[in-house]
Amino acid sequence: MPNSQFLSDLAATVDAQGLLTSAEQLRVYECDGLAAYRQLPLAVVLPTTEQQVIAVLRCCHRHQVAVVARGSGTGLSGGALPVEGGIVLSLTRMNAILNINPLGRSARVQPGVRNAAISEAAASHGLYYAPDPSSQIACSIGGNVAENAGGVHCLKYGLTVNNLLAVRAITSEGELLIAGGEAPDQPGLDLLMALTGSEGLLAVITEITVRLLPKPQVAQVILAAFPTVGAAGTAVANLIGQGIIPAGLELMDQATTRAVESFVQAGYPTDAAAILLCEADGTAEEVRADIEAMSQVLREAGATALRVSCSEAERLTFWAGRKAAFPAAAKLAPDYYCMDGTIPRHRLAEVLDGIAGLAAEHGLACINVFHAGDGNLHPLILFDANEGDQLHRAEALGARILELCVAVGGAITGEHGVGLEKINQMCVQFGEAELRQFQALKAAFDPALLLNPGKAIPSLHRCAEYGRMHVHQGQLPFSNLPRF
Amino acid sequence: MLKTLQQQIADATASARPLQIRGGGSKAAWLRPLAGEPLASLDIGGWRGIVDYAPTELVITVKAGTPLAELYAVLAAERQMLACESPCLNAQATVGGTLATAWAGPRRPYAGGVRDQVLGISMINGNGELLRFGGRVMKNVAGFDVSRLMVGSHGSLGLIVEASLKVWPCPAAELTLQFEMHEADAILQLNRWAGLPLPLSASHWRSGVLHIRLSGAEAAIQAARRQLGGEVCQDGARLWQTLSEEIGPPASHLNANQDLWRLSLPPHTPPWPELPCMQVEWGGGLRWLGLRPDQSHRLITLASAANGHARLWQATDSGPRPGQPPSAASLALHRRIKSAFDPAGIFNPGILFEGV
Ligand SMILES: Cc1cc2nc3c(=O)[nH]c(=O)nc-3n(C[C@H](O)[C@H](O)[C@H](O)COP(=O)(O)OP(=O)(O)OC[C@H]3O[C@@H](n4cnc5c(N)ncnc54)[C@H](O)[C@@H]3O)c2cc1C
Repeated sequence: MPNSQFLSDLAATVDAQGLLTSAEQLRVYECDGLAAYRQLPLAVVLPTTEQQVIAVLRCCHRHQVAVVARGSGTGLSGGALPVEGGIVLSLTRMNAILNINPLGRSARVQPGVRNAAISEAAASHGLYYAPDPSSQIACSIGGNVAENAGGVHCLKYGLTVNNLLAVRAITSEGELLIAGGEAPDQPGLDLLMALTGSEGLLAVITEITVRLLPKPQVAQVILAAFPTVGAAGTAVANLIGQGIIPAGLELMDQATTRAVESFVQAGYPTDAAAILLCEADGTAEEVRADIEAMSQVLREAGATALRVSCSEAERLTFWAGRKAAFPAAAKLAPDYYCMDGTIPRHRLAEVLDGIAGLAAEHGLACINVFHAGDGNLHPLILFDANEGDQLHRAEALGARILELCVAVGGAITGEHGVGLEKINQMCVQFGEAELRQFQALKAAFDPALLLNPGKAIPSLHRCAEYGRMHVHQGQLPFSNLPRF
Repeated sequence: MLKTLQQQIADATASARPLQIRGGGSKAAWLRPLAGEPLASLDIGGWRGIVDYAPTELVITVKAGTPLAELYAVLAAERQMLACESPCLNAQATVGGTLATAWAGPRRPYAGGVRDQVLGISMINGNGELLRFGGRVMKNVAGFDVSRLMVGSHGSLGLIVEASLKVWPCPAAELTLQFEMHEADAILQLNRWAGLPLPLSASHWRSGVLHIRLSGAEAAIQAARRQLGGEVCQDGARLWQTLSEEIGPPASHLNANQDLWRLSLPPHTPPWPELPCMQVEWGGGLRWLGLRPDQSHRLITLASAANGHARLWQATDSGPRPGQPPSAASLALHRRIKSAFDPAGIFNPGILFEGV
């Protein structure tokens, strides 16, 4: 069997605990956070050093075996889904915080470090790492870089890409790349920008230096209730029009508010059509000034009730509801499917109406939580995979929602990435020439096309096929793949 | 006009005749000479104007030949700004040239560089294809981030024809403070302050005087002022206006027989007593030195050891100076990326490295 030579070569690259091959062990790695797609890898390799990563990649290159990098596996687009006949390169054992530099305000870490662990390690210096995906207690910083993850505070503080200084990465041929640096300008192309958000297609990231920020002294949040979604949308536009950039600005529709209220009792007004959570942070003086200005704008936009958190405990209670949106959705239906489209904010009311219409057309319920500040929608489609064709309808509805986002000038993904999930929608978002350019860039980094093949960038052939599928409705992609 | 540019590019590729991209020409003096100069020029300076601007979306879409000064005027009317504060250079700097060179101004370490303001780009690649990446929304992670890869690419990958930029509200108030300080103290202090929740937005040290700017709510600025001390500078706005347009220290500060070097360093790097700086900006991340040509080796050694990069900005003579060449692997990758966008190598040949 040709695999046996490969597997014994692979075994030589890592220690005894570093290679998994039994079906039982591999099962853990058969999917990421998007459990609808599953595939067993040929093997899982867990290196502990950059040298081992190089050895693994050289071995795979020599044998022409595909490699899927994996952090914590919390991705929601199937990015870390194994490919048939390929290995998973898990970075979870490379989880050391190598250095915190309080004076230079940076942290140098290995890719398997959890997002939240960085802020924990920096806290004693009064510093923190700003991007805060809701999955931050679990997801890895390497996965964050690969997806360009966002969080509740990224309107004011930026996405992962805006908070990175440097990475070390290994190409599929086993070459070390150093991209970026702590110095503000680097000679040559800004390869850090190419690697960020590249979903494991260009190189395997082995070390990351992030920028740390001083922790704001105070934060306070306003909970505002609105009689219509449109009024909440207007409030968002007016805040920004007035020159106010909230630290966090989240919108929930009534269905979500009711679901989370019965789940966590955060004190949300369940009779409101929409609620906004609007946070200010900074020095005590800044927060006082901001909260006053924000309250006025929210009231003028028609907020029917305003509550300002009076203590840190109350602030956390207000946020607890937002953070529980996903588990609350899980109480409403056996399965939910989380979408991630972005839109220009002024189309908000119209898009939410459109989503409601599409949901009705597909006979499914859909609730909305929304990073209102930056126009990133997270419609949660509720369904029951064991009921008839509900899964298929959920996927079809998801695809239509993303296409609606593109139609109003938005994007098919704001932070979860394309992975395998949205690969067909890439054909809607981009034309042929752009897709060919992406493929050429991929080949420049990975000429043998071994890193995460089949993800993120569709082949033109696939797009042509997807076009056909659209004509003959009812057919779905990946009908060969097992579901939920 | 775009069709004509696409045709010109496609023809250049077909005949393998390289082109020099020209915006406003404001930075020509500071760029690496191109291979095979003089080259036919590819002019984008005439392609100007605001395409779309919705202040409450915090996004503006603008043609690449638009003078930065014009963009700033449009934004200022809505009390918004480009947070990286790139220089206008006598109103000659264009949006395209600013993106291509990634030139930023005083707000750079506190509000992000040019790449941090870019949301989407339209460009023409070497095949003459008009491509759009990113978009007009704040978040978009579909496909590789070509828009931000184009920032600082110096035209080596293609012609930027349009960009969507993130814009930011102008601060409610600003105040400039002045301190007398030695270089070492200034660098240390700037790094310490940056680790505290203070509304810092610019810094500049020269000849023993440190200026810092505070931006934000009036109350926050006053609180910071009480905490920091120093002397209030009465004409702060004008000072930063001047400093952001001045690229490096004025020539009068340089001795005869001195080269001017621009240093990009980790901001906390302690100063080198043997090679004192003339000017320190960006919280310590950008420094300027005047050196005799025979001191260049020492500078390169020190800069490399500090994980920084020294660039000869202005030479007194045309003698050779040492450089910090990229690694072989990095150079090979640069060449492959270049040919992925520009297969015939027609855009600004050699502007980054040999063959790139
Ligand atoms: C409950 C929940 C809430 C979430 N909330 C958010 C949110 O608020 N914002 C947000 O942005 N995302 C969110 N996500 C999605 C997910 O957490 C992020 O995409 C995260 O960045 C993935 O990190 P990971 O370590 O789990 O990566 P994985 O899922 O393991 O991998 C993700 C992708 O990155 C690649 N990859 C991983 N590590 C490396 C590496 N070292 N080098 C190269 N490529 C690599 C993989 O190949 C894959 O393509 C959420 C997910 C869940 C389950």
